[in-house]
Amino acid sequence: MKSKTSRGYLLNTVVVVVLFIGFQILTSLKGSEGSFKLVIVPSIWQCCYLMVLAASLNLVLGFMGQLSLGHCGFMAIGAYTAALLSLACERAGLFENKSDLSFLLVLIASVLAAGILAALLSFLIGIPALRLKGDYLAIITLGFGMIIINIINNLPFCGQDGLAQGSAAASLYKNGLGFGSKAKVQFLWFALVVTILSLTLMFMFVRSKYGRAIRAIRDDEIAASASGVNTSYYKVLTFAYSAFFAGVAGALYSCTNATLSTSSFAFTNGGILNSTFVVVMVVLGGMGSLTGSVVAATIMFFVNYQIKNGAWVEHLPASVSGVFEYPMLVYALVLIIVILFRPKGIFGSYEFSLQNLIPDIRRARERRKAAKAERKEAQAHG
Amino acid sequence: MAEERVPVLETRKLGISFGGLKAVTDFNIQIFPGELVGLIGPNGAGKTTVFNLLTGVYAPTEGTVLLNGKPLNGKKTYQFVEAGIARTFQNIRLFKEMSVIENVKVACTKDLHYGLFSASLRTPKFWKTEKELTEKAMSLLEICNLADVAELPAASLPYGRQRKLEIARALATDMKVLLLDEPAAGMNPTETAELLTCINTIRDRFGIAILLIEHDMSLVMNVCERIQVLDYGQTIAAGSPAEVAANPSVIAAYLGE
Amino acid sequence: MNTFFQTLIVGLRLGSIYALVALGYTMVYGIIRLINFAHGDFIMVGGYTMIFVMPLMLRLGLPAWLGVLAAIVVCALVGMGTELIAYRPVRRKGTNMTALITAIAMSLFLENLAQAIPAIGPNPKVSSQIFGNGGFKLGTVTMEYTTVITLVISGIVMLVLYAFTQRTRLGRAMRCVSEDKAAATLMGINVNSTILLTFGIGSGLAAIAALMYMAQYPKVYTTMGALLGLKAFVSAVLGGIGIIPGAMLGGIVIGLVESFTTSYISSSMADTFVFLILIVVLIIKPAGILGKNVGEKV
Repeated sequence: MKSKTSRGYLLNTVVVVVLFIGFQILTSLKGSEGSFKLVIVPSIWQCCYLMVLAASLNLVLGFMGQLSLGHCGFMAIGAYTAALLSLACERAGLFENKSDLSFLLVLIASVLAAGILAALLSFLIGIPALRLKGDYLAIITLGFGMIIINIINNLPFCGQDGLAQGSAAASLYKNGLGFGSKAKVQFLWFALVVTILSLTLMFMFVRSKYGRAIRAIRDDEIAASASGVNTSYYKVLTFAYSAFFAGVAGALYSCTNATLSTSSFAFTNGGILNSTFVVVMVVLGGMGSLTGSVVAATIMFFVNYQIKNGAWVEHLPASVSGVFEYPMLVYALVLIIVILFRPKGIFGSYEFSLQNLIPDIRRARERRKAAKAERKEAQAHG
Repeated sequence: MAEERVPVLETRKLGISFGGLKAVTDFNIQIFPGELVGLIGPNGAGKTTVFNLLTGVYAPTEGTVLLNGKPLNGKKTYQFVEAGIARTFQNIRLFKEMSVIENVKVACTKDLHYGLFSASLRTPKFWKTEKELTEKAMSLLEICNLADVAELPAASLPYGRQRKLEIARALATDMKVLLLDEPAAGMNPTETAELLTCINTIRDRFGIAILLIEHDMSLVMNVCERIQVLDYGQTIAAGSPAEVAANPSVIAAYLGE
Repeated sequence: MNTFFQTLIVGLRLGSIYALVALGYTMVYGIIRLINFAHGDFIMVGGYTMIFVMPLMLRLGLPAWLGVLAAIVVCALVGMGTELIAYRPVRRKGTNMTALITAIAMSLFLENLAQAIPAIGPNPKVSSQIFGNGGFKLGTVTMEYTTVITLVISGIVMLVLYAFTQRTRLGRAMRCVSEDKAAATLMGINVNSTILLTFGIGSGLAAIAALMYMAQYPKVYTTMGALLGLKAFVSAVLGGIGIIPGAMLGGIVIGLVESFTTSYISSSMADTFVFLILIVVLIIKPAGILGKNVGEKV
């Protein structure tokens, strides 16, 4: 039993490393090409933080079954922490160029600080908030999310309209951890490593006693506590663990921007980053499937990108492309349709695994065949 | 001889009132290791409320629950379980979307001593703990005849086996006292007979005390050594099955005046 | 002292609008235990209906506020449509959480649909004067007529609604459905049509709220309902959701908190304090000020 598992781990590691090296080679070959530099790499950066964000919300929403509507608040904390820390380090003269080794250290420190601060805050929020359930939890987390944004807005060094207006008046590209298009190619490996590490850690979390405990809480909280699970402890812990990665996603987000603005994290904005959009990703992918979140984040990013920049949109009749000017309308429709027709999302609670891929496919095919045969039989009888 | 025995579970003047309504008053019981005690009474007599008091789901408004002589006042449900009281539910409460073996594993969570660090890095300690956990869970499933369905989702089991899974899950907490809330409810005679064998095996094998709520009078009379009868939240009789069956107030409570 | 009274009046005015909107939330929540996030957007629907109908009313020589009748009808239809198309199928299949997510999606959908309609568009529209200007003096403080009307109408609506749920057959059916759907069915109550009716009434209230809102702030835009709805919902939760007087109380409290924070602390921190109050109340009394704590049955 154990040898099979360790073989699986080895297989995954090898595949990830091979893919990563292949990716590095591709980057070094094509790094200077226009479309690669200007379109593909920035897209990958965006996908990276969306994946981490969606997966982290899935821990709370899908695995633990608690609706949190303030998740982007934690992302905002992460983004601002990372940005401000990097700006402060630059002022203190810890690094001058992005090619310095010291910059890399600052970068790592910023990402970690972003996660830790988000986790600490979510810990403080979680202790009172998680005593509530269901709708009340949704509304209280929504409230906390709004308060976080509101407070960041009122901090003099964060600035009302973004970092550029604050006392830290500076461009993240120039003075902080923001990456321009050239640096994005150069540091693409960093985004990939952070993303893979984050996803792995979350995967380990759900495949341990923690994952079992929170899924038990989702299915039946009273039975969970009657089975000796300290429900409040696991709830707060998971909330903080999830916020940590939301913070990391925020740090990655600030890496891709020249400046930050709180309006991009607000609950009611039309952009890609509001808490609703993240909920859409989790629901679409499947509540309780990290694979689903990763795939859904990619799909949603791709759809969002195509709607906004795709060349094919111009060829559509005006009535259809007119709708595409309001992408949130499309997402809202997608969300309603998914919930109506496939409430468990694309993947349900299925997790992709390289080792089990072939048996899984075979089993799925057999199941389909069996279902078909059953239907035929039913028809024959009917 | 009897004076030297310490009751594993004891309640002293346990009572709870909701608003003005006294649901349970002055409930006293002593259960000794290895005993099988029945708690019976007409509908709404307060039997499940007693269970909720004994497991910390409700906080008593008066009196105490003692486990091995230690009071459990002010503790939460999971702490009652840690102390050694486990239960099943009248309306089955399984973790429906989890597999059968995971349902059992959840109940061992409190005994798994690895932290976030070990879990994240998959240290040898993690592997060892999880391996032992799987073995323990499988052995419990075997006792309850559930080993063949270990990987199936709990919700897919037939009713009788779901009841058994609840017992297996309760056993996994390593309790000293097991509280069974109408384990035979909705079962046919064959299933009930199977369940009885299962309960007896458990008692012999683990040497635990069992407190049983049951409506099926013949079942209670057959297996329990002692019976306590509740009506309107008050104990109206206690003693051996024969004594209880002959008690006029019990007959009155069950048949109406 | 003058500032104090002026702030108090502003708070009451704001609060009475929140209370009106909160009544709609509370009615729907009371019956199907769903936060109808789209309710705020019903206000927007009502607002735009009035924008389009009011010129017509004026041309016919009728007072502008009569446009609210058309708005009530449109809002009620939109509300019932939402229930039929989105909520009912989800309620049958999904869990509480999927229903809540659907409600959020409906809200986004309505907001963005409105923007996509050419006659509405993303830019705000200004409404004409609804009630007469002016007011009367109470000492040194000016009390505007609009404020008085808003307060009075909120009060009346609340009382009528309360009487409706307590005294009439339909109201009793509603309370019955909210307590136990299965039992209500056994008693011969048509659960689905009762829920539909609740949506109709609740959404109709949103139109009245839109009228009062426009009387104070004569501007209509597609996201006007988002924050307004959110704060109204906060009011409903604060007072104890599902309880009609609770919505009124919560609305007034939130209105006062907002106006006092704005004039004594900082206008940009007003939202923070609104949510802070909610959080504090929920932590101390999880079911709201007037709510009763109901534990899960084991």
